[in-house]
Amino acid sequence: MTLLELVDVTASYGPVRVLEGVSLSVPEGGAVGILGANGAGKTTTLRAISGVVRTTGVIRFDGDDIRGLRPDQVAARGIAHVPEGRGTLPNLTVRENLMVGAYLRKDRRELATDVDYLLDLFPNLAARISHNASAMSGGEQQMLAIARAFMAKPRLLILDEPSLGLAPSTAKNVYEAIRRLRRESGIAMLVVEQNANLAFSIVDTATVLETGRSVLTGTSAELKGRDEIRRAYLGG
Amino acid sequence: MGTFIQLVVDGLAMGSIYGAIALAIVLVNQSTGMINFAQGGMAVLSAYFAYALLGMGLPLILAILVAVAISFVLGALIERLLMRRFESGDPDTAVVVTIGLLTLITGIAGMVWSYNNLQFPSLFPPDSFSVLGAAVSWRSLGTFLTIAAIMVLLQLMFQKTKVGLALRAVADNPKSSAFSGLPVGRLLMIGWGLAAALGAVAGALVAPRLSLTPGMLDGALVYALAAVILGGASSPIGVVFAAWLIGVLENLAAVYVPFIGHDLKIAVPFVLLFVVLLVRPQGLYGRKTVVRV
Repeated sequence: MTLLELVDVTASYGPVRVLEGVSLSVPEGGAVGILGANGAGKTTTLRAISGVVRTTGVIRFDGDDIRGLRPDQVAARGIAHVPEGRGTLPNLTVRENLMVGAYLRKDRRELATDVDYLLDLFPNLAARISHNASAMSGGEQQMLAIARAFMAKPRLLILDEPSLGLAPSTAKNVYEAIRRLRRESGIAMLVVEQNANLAFSIVDTATVLETGRSVLTGTSAELKGRDEIRRAYLGG
Repeated sequence: MGTFIQLVVDGLAMGSIYGAIALAIVLVNQSTGMINFAQGGMAVLSAYFAYALLGMGLPLILAILVAVAISFVLGALIERLLMRRFESGDPDTAVVVTIGLLTLITGIAGMVWSYNNLQFPSLFPPDSFSVLGAAVSWRSLGTFLTIAAIMVLLQLMFQKTKVGLALRAVADNPKSSAFSGLPVGRLLMIGWGLAAALGAVAGALVAPRLSLTPGMLDGALVYALAAVILGGASSPIGVVFAAWLIGVLENLAAVYVPFIGHDLKIAVPFVLLFVVLLVRPQGLYGRKTVVRV
């Protein structure tokens, strides 16, 4: 069953049109990657879903049209967005960041269980639970951002370049944790990633964007070695 | 000794007024990250509302409570209809808008109620009681206790409640907060509304002492800003203690330091401010904001 579906979506920042027609779909429990060169519209596609930019076309989530909703309304539908550059709340503690993530939840009793689960998954956060997020390293902040999004118990997790600015070994750790989250929660994911190998380590299928258009969709096995992939990263 | 205690208690009472305005400024600052220079002006307007309600025959306490409620709505509306347009832009522009708002409100109050001093009755009995030879007025004590109670409630709200956490989150990173489902616009309206309601309390408490004029809180605003900087904008308890310190020191210096006297006492908090900023730039109680690049 399709959880998220984009059909011919366009998006603009003021007069500048960034997306020219993006179509993709994420099945329930599936993990889909968005690949493409810088400026191809990967981040804008995620922002279109979250309602941050003005869009045309069809954006359907769980059968409902969600195009035109505000970001907080999109979140309330069950989509958690980890933005580019992490988007932690720097002057709040790690625990407070997690609690903000759980803002829309009503099941207060299960919150503690989920916090424990995430602290087990990200031991670095456990050690800094009462520190301000700003005092943490880039990798730890990325982990906190993912943990905060997960606290919302979303049905779809949107990740915008989780490896951005991280040392390769840290990026590997972050992806390890994302893989485990996916395995243990069965949550659907839509991942933008520059590093195709990292992306293919978690996604089943991927859509390739070129200058604001989706040009190719396929499974990881089909896509590896395709010209479009090479172009997307070498800029052809 | 008697004079000393009396100066301290009066200083605490006046400091409480600075503290209330400072708390309102902190409330807006905590949810929007900006300083509202119109906070004092809005509080004066609230006092005029209470005055008008009194004129319509409402009992004092009811008039004040209704004015507080009206102020909450007005504060929320100012955010929604005016400040919202400037929040996504340059923060300096928004601050300048609040200065314009201050001028506008003062002008409107002057137009409607004139610039003459109006008498405003006090919530507390006019007489005093004696402590260690000092005459302590009920008015001073009542003002002090009211503001102290509000300070504790605000601190609890910010630290222990969901809406408090949400307000702090929105101040910290509004875009990212929205991704967690926080209704950013509504929270900003609540922040502005609460601040205006708090200002209304301050206005009603100080109006009997200073008598009601459109510029009644102009001086207090300056002291309140000093308290915000001194106490650290992130700490409600910090700013109220700073405001008390300013009120007391100002009073003591005027009497005990001969060359200061009543003419120079306005300089006292700023000398203090200067020293604190040199030694502890984040304020006495504030947390240091760390920015990573």
